[in-house]
Amino acid sequence: MHIKIRKSWELGEQDVTPEKIFKQRRNFLKTGVAAIAGGLAGGLLSSHAFAAWPKAGDMLSGITKTDFDPGIDLTPFDKVSTYNNFYEFGTGKDEPLYAAKDFQTEPWKVEIAGACAKPGHYDFEDLIKPHPLEERIYRHRCVETWSMVVPWIGVSLADVIKRLEPTSKAKYVAFETLLDPVRMPGQRRQVLQWPYVEGLRMDEAMNPLTMLSVGLYGRTLPPQNGAPLRLVVPWKYGFKGIKSIVKITFTENEPPTSWNRSARHEYGFYANVNPEVSHPRWSQAKERLIGEFFKKKTLMFNGYGDEVAGLYKNMDLAKFF
Amino acid sequence: MIPYRVLWWVVFAVMAIPLLQLIAFAFTGGLGANPIEFINRHLGDWALRSLLVALSATPLKILFGWTWAVRMRRMLGLWAFAYVALHITNYVAIDQFFDWAAIGTDLVKRTYITVGMGAFTILFTLAATSNKRAIKYMGGKAWIRVHKYVYGAAILGCWHYYAMVKADVLPPLIHIAILTGLLGIRIWHNIKTKKT
Repeated sequence: MHIKIRKSWELGEQDVTPEKIFKQRRNFLKTGVAAIAGGLAGGLLSSHAFAAWPKAGDMLSGITKTDFDPGIDLTPFDKVSTYNNFYEFGTGKDEPLYAAKDFQTEPWKVEIAGACAKPGHYDFEDLIKPHPLEERIYRHRCVETWSMVVPWIGVSLADVIKRLEPTSKAKYVAFETLLDPVRMPGQRRQVLQWPYVEGLRMDEAMNPLTMLSVGLYGRTLPPQNGAPLRLVVPWKYGFKGIKSIVKITFTENEPPTSWNRSARHEYGFYANVNPEVSHPRWSQAKERLIGEFFKKKTLMFNGYGDEVAGLYKNMDLAKFF
Repeated sequence: MIPYRVLWWVVFAVMAIPLLQLIAFAFTGGLGANPIEFINRHLGDWALRSLLVALSATPLKILFGWTWAVRMRRMLGLWAFAYVALHITNYVAIDQFFDWAAIGTDLVKRTYITVGMGAFTILFTLAATSNKRAIKYMGGKAWIRVHKYVYGAAILGCWHYYAMVKADVLPPLIHIAILTGLLGIRIWHNIKTKKT
């Protein structure tokens, strides 16, 4: 039997969905009815058995709806999938949509390495399949001061990590994007040091909010959003959400991160959303939600303080930005 | 030969294309997911490019002996100013929505904005004195001296672009290379004519 513990960021069925969001969900349901219907049944199971992993852009089935509702409308799919910072496919935000169009993600292997009991080369499906797929609506805040609200589909990173049995030496988790200048034309120029790398402290990686995402809006991830597997850390700036992951390493020391390596005075390892610590390029006090005219105030930890503030209790966040 | 008046209007129309393009995009949904950012980038790009176009008039005369471009300099310079002014209007009135506190902080704390405002101030002064009355009032020599500051505006413009880019410095470097070439031709020409 599957016992579901309600987290503070989940809403129950008794919570009334605002009309606008309801309408948007209804549109979503028109195209994604199978996903949600399957999700209700799927939620009762602790694991799923897919016949085959759906192809890029196909519907995902068996999604549990663990609904975190930030109380604002979802950013429409056509915005989420056309406005992307994914330098492996070009530095313009409209470039990845075209440059990643034919990006092949099958087969996809993920190497697990470092301080854990179960290292090896895993088929991406085998890494994800044992865990319930969840839909989570998260605020997504880019360091460039724009934001979106995205219905991600994926699994808790914590669940995956537990299965890999990290040892006591595992203090950090390092992630790596595919390095393949043929398939990722943006890597032909050394705009950043390739491959893109990111990392989390173990307790950050184990936080229930941290997600390995495989889809959005009921479907597998579009290539430009990081297919087939990406990280989603909603209380951190978007660049922490490394895309098209091929390697996960458990390390004892803080791993290097791409933007920090590119400009260490601008981008820290932690990169927590923090309206009080302004960036040399942008004041982080406000943000523009894509689709809105007026900027709104940015929330500490992107509004997820209840869940994550404890992780940074005795840290000077102006120093560890 | 194309009559000068016709050529003038052709060049004028070409300089208007980026603006017309922006208006067309606005009506066809071509501004993308973040229209304010798109408008800002588009106008900024073309402000700097127009300024480089205006600065290529003299090199065209030096290299090919063409004088028609020099005669159009005022029109070209005013287009550059128009794009800069629209760029800044977009920043102040739409992006920041007259949040003077935020604008003030940007001006003080963010080098690329400080530098960009410097370029705007120069171009504003030059645009305001780009008429016969101002030339007469200031005297030809003084007017020319003041309008040499356009080089400063172009350098600040390139600096603004370079400093604002996150990682991909190639596009600003291309603009810097072009400006270096345009200024280099003048310097080379000045040295050469002084010798003879």
